Amino acid sequence: MADATSAWRRPLLYWRLAAWAIALLPAVHLAKWIAQARLGPNPVETLEHYTGLWGLRLLLLCLAMTPLRKITQRSEPIQIRRLLGLWAFAWLCVHFSIYLTFDLEWSPVQLAEDLVKRTYITLGFVGWLLLLPLAITSTRGWQRRLKRTWSRLHTLIYAAALLGGLHFFWLVKSDVREPLVYLALYGLLMAARIGGAILRAPKKPTP
Amino acid sequence: EPLKIGKQSKLAGDETVTPFETVSTYNNYYEFGTDKEDPSRNAHTLKTRPWTLSVEGECEAPAQVALDDLLKPAALEERIYRHRCVEAWSIVVPWVGIPLGETLKRFKPTSKAKYVAFETIYDKQQMPEARWSGLQLPYVEGLRIDEAMHPLAFLSVGMYGKTLPNQNGAPLRLTVPWKYGFKSIKSIVRIRFVEAMPPTTWNRLQSSEYGFYSNVNPQVQHPRWSQRSERRLGELFKRDTLMFNGYPEVASLYAGMDLKKFY
Repeated sequence: MADATSAWRRPLLYWRLAAWAIALLPAVHLAKWIAQARLGPNPVETLEHYTGLWGLRLLLLCLAMTPLRKITQRSEPIQIRRLLGLWAFAWLCVHFSIYLTFDLEWSPVQLAEDLVKRTYITLGFVGWLLLLPLAITSTRGWQRRLKRTWSRLHTLIYAAALLGGLHFFWLVKSDVREPLVYLALYGLLMAARIGGAILRAPKKPTP
Repeated sequence: EPLKIGKQSKLAGDETVTPFETVSTYNNYYEFGTDKEDPSRNAHTLKTRPWTLSVEGECEAPAQVALDDLLKPAALEERIYRHRCVEAWSIVVPWVGIPLGETLKRFKPTSKAKYVAFETIYDKQQMPEARWSGLQLPYVEGLRIDEAMHPLAFLSVGMYGKTLPNQNGAPLRLTVPWKYGFKSIKSIVRIRFVEAMPPTTWNRLQSSEYGFYSNVNPQVQHPRWSQRSERRLGELFKRDTLMFNGYPEVASLYAGMDLKKFY
């Protein structure tokens, strides 16, 4: 683990700035659209779709950090991973809140009905729910307390990202090209992980 | 192009008409792309003149009619109707056109004409985006003959006092205000009187979600959208959806039918 001063070494600073810039890009866009009244004829839908899309994009970016470390042989991708994950969760919370506020007006009955009857909502909700413990245990304290369980727990992001992609796929009525792109990216990132694990396996010392 | 309008009827109570800008930029017309703003960007490639409508099937006077000839016998009317999409959004639109029933009668449907089948133009050259629609094209829709003859059923050629924009279904579209929007088929080139219930596009794709009748009905749940409420474009919160979209005069068409079964 790097010490406090080295954590702010130049390369890491740039990686961090890049991560913040990406995470805040949707906020910049939304602020611009709101200021110019350009959210379109159905602003609620625009906000819902855009925040959900960025939640999914950041989740996938988060998943890209492990392969990126392998490729770049650098530790920075792992050091900005938590930041990306938390921002993904933040955007998904905004996404969920917009739906709860404007579509359901916080009616628990309607939420229950949607969860039971509408598969895409069930998938999205479960995905969000899986991210909740990851956000809570994202601190160093929890990482220390949970030890190896922590890494195992945080593999839940694999399921959450898949559910997010399926949530998008299920929502679309007939032209599934866009959600398929995200599902394909997910598949690629998972394949890179599995491939990496297989390549690493023989290097392990035999007992 | 401005249109000359005779009779004007307000058939959406005192409800505020949705801005033209909204109605002409938020469209479902998958032949021109599947995002709401795609049709307004892409539909300019549709050639709407000259336009010939073919009327065929179980009728005594089948014909190929030029659009202008179809419109000649009757004065254009304006009707302000609510329009409710199955995706739980809605608008209020001043349509311009002619009553569907009276128009169909000119072709003298026979007693075998139990249903009316409608077909949208399908031309890959004019609709390059269509291959991504995920739909089996041409787009087809249908009504039972008594539904088609109902005085509320309308054929629109314009809105807001002007010719229809292409993205809204120029030059000739159906307007059936008590049914979900996808029943109101756009850019019609063929009408057929038929004896058996005709296939309809969305029903072919997913019959559990889109029935033949597709009457607006807050009691019939949809696998994607709760149909109990809808968002009127321009408003943030949802409002309650009305049975038959607030047109109770059509209820007699379905007397004795279980509308949960015939959704």
